[in-house]
Amino acid sequence: MLKVEEQTPVQLSSELLAKFDEVKSRYPEGKQKSALLPLLHLVQAEFLWVPTSAMDQVAAYLNIQPIEVYEVATFYTMYFLKPQGKYALEVCRTGPCCLVGAEKILDHLEAKLGVKEGEVTADGLFSFRGVECLAACGFGPVLQISPEYTFYENLTTESVDKLIEDLKNKS
Amino acid sequence: MTQGYGPQTTDYRLIKMSRKLLLEHINVPGINTLEVYRQKGGYRAVEKALKTLTPEEIVEEVKKSGLRGRGGAGFPTGMKWSFLAKPEGVARYLVCNADESEPGTFKDRYLMTHIPHALIEGMIVASFALGAKVSYIYVRGEMMPQIRILEKAIAEAKAAGWLGKNILGTGYDLELYVQPGGGAYICGEETALLESLEGKRGNPRIKPPFPAIAGLYGCPTVVNNVESIAAVVPIINDGGDEYAKIGIGRSTGTKLISASGNLVKPGVYEIELGLPVEEFIYSDEYCGGIANGKRLKATVAGGSSVPVLPANLTLKYANGEPRLMSYESLSEGGFATGTMMGSGGFIAFDEDQCIVRNTWNFSRFYHHESCGQCSPCREGTGWMEKVLHKIEHGHGTMSDVDLLWDIQRKIEGNTICPLGDAAAWPVASAIRHFRDEFEWHIKEPVKSQSQNYGIANYAVPIEKAPVTEEK
Ligand SMILES: Cc1cc2nc3c(=O)[nH]c(=O)nc-3n(C[C@H](O)[C@H](O)[C@H](O)COP(=O)(O)O)c2cc1C
Ligand code: SF4
Repeated sequence: MLKVEEQTPVQLSSELLAKFDEVKSRYPEGKQKSALLPLLHLVQAEFLWVPTSAMDQVAAYLNIQPIEVYEVATFYTMYFLKPQGKYALEVCRTGPCCLVGAEKILDHLEAKLGVKEGEVTADGLFSFRGVECLAACGFGPVLQISPEYTFYENLTTESVDKLIEDLKNKS
Repeated sequence: MTQGYGPQTTDYRLIKMSRKLLLEHINVPGINTLEVYRQKGGYRAVEKALKTLTPEEIVEEVKKSGLRGRGGAGFPTGMKWSFLAKPEGVARYLVCNADESEPGTFKDRYLMTHIPHALIEGMIVASFALGAKVSYIYVRGEMMPQIRILEKAIAEAKAAGWLGKNILGTGYDLELYVQPGGGAYICGEETALLESLEGKRGNPRIKPPFPAIAGLYGCPTVVNNVESIAAVVPIINDGGDEYAKIGIGRSTGTKLISASGNLVKPGVYEIELGLPVEEFIYSDEYCGGIANGKRLKATVAGGSSVPVLPANLTLKYANGEPRLMSYESLSEGGFATGTMMGSGGFIAFDEDQCIVRNTWNFSRFYHHESCGQCSPCREGTGWMEKVLHKIEHGHGTMSDVDLLWDIQRKIEGNTICPLGDAAAWPVASAIRHFRDEFEWHIKEPVKSQSQNYGIANYAVPIEKAPVTEEK
């Protein structure tokens, strides 16, 4: 069942629709469905998550059924189907990063932010989760922050503390 | 007390710096820009290919080079290109696989970040050779910074006339686009990648038909790894025969190795194929040995999907001869005592690492990433994760080890795509070589929660080590 927040109606701006047009032009005539993944990324960059109403508008824009959008949005791990913190921290939790301390970083984030994986802090600023290999194994532990996907390597608990302070000060 | 291997066994001062083809200019400031890339000889291969060679001649050079696909399977690139169907009036596509998600592998990200034009130059030459007028680079979505780098580089190349209509006045037109993925390891599998590029879930297709016949939008398509495509540039510049002189036997050329884990200097290294594994790990030109003065316990030599090997079998074959970094040498001994080159993701484990915990971690990865189409993979990866979790957390029984063996055997070979095998092999090899460590977790449920099994006899020189025979 869709929860209320997932039904939040949103309006796609004309700037966003102009970006949609550019993306759609990359594919041959009649193959506009190829634009789906990039369009969902654009939606997420705008709203920081992918509301159902945006998915319906993407479906209408690409002239496909809403289910074709839902099935894609739920298959791929990058699309947030509910609101996250303004800074959604994603820490690699796969083998090579764990050899150099990724699990400690995840534990530290939980203690520092006072929320569990997947939850949002009360001030709405942060959420975090473990994700699978981010292809930076030689520079671990690593984390990325959507929607820009800025990347932080060779993390220590101290550098994570500093990062969080910097992000708080920025907001 | 057993002695670990170390730099004391070889005098590495005698070894000269090997030749670099892909990363030669990696440290040149501004090499990510078209201007500096051109100053260093960039786009010569495009000029040579478009102005002096026919598509058939390019395919021939690539065949002569002996280049094997760098994405994991090692299939000869020139041969793959020659299989491409060319029906009249049907578009053909080149799609670059930049999904790089195999744990332990990070070379493509490195290349795209620092020398994006090397990939773009290779894409232009390869697209011309294959007769593609539109080509895509499918980059995993998490690599947004690299997507921005590539898009900028493509815009630069286009403005300078290397892309677009009538390139270099030859009449050849090419458009190149970057496509982001959505976060799914399975989209590295080439048919899942094509599904994803068509805007669908990343479910691998049943083959045949192979992409060379029916790929993107049902049209003939070649899918190649980033490194394979970048390697086409030196092959065209120097000629396939020259490239084939580098390397050893059927492992020609150079290879990017992503080195991670407990190494003094993890990172991306370009090696000449045939380099001794021991030299790669211990010499200062490469990884510089095991971090913090510890001993090597085990390695995963080609990305998470290939069999894990104990230190002794990593460095030497069962008969005591040195193992080399090449497709043939890494797989010497089959799965009983060897492993695979895979994608070149080299992960080193020091004496304090737990094989059971890492195997559980990898199983969780494959369970998480299974697309769910085939029941042996969808269910089996979940069972393996659960059983391994149980053993790792001190609740295992002896029969669990046999159960694990049984599950992995029933997945292997029974699935649509090789992800099933990739999930089975790490578990099988961990049990094959490290069974003692699994049993210790079961016999010592309390101790194993606070201590590690340690290095045991894994670093014993091969003559003395018990070699488990199985399979
Ligand atoms: C589960 C799975 C994941 C894969 N991931 C990648 C990948 O991230 N990058 C890649 O180049 N090849 C990957 N491959 C291999 C591709 O299917 C394909 O063989 C390769 O892209 C062909 O390019 P090459 O011949 O240049 O190596 C993967 C295969 C499987 C089964
Ligand atoms: S083997 Fe696994 S990942 Fe591959 S098609 Fe089957 S279920 Fe999907």
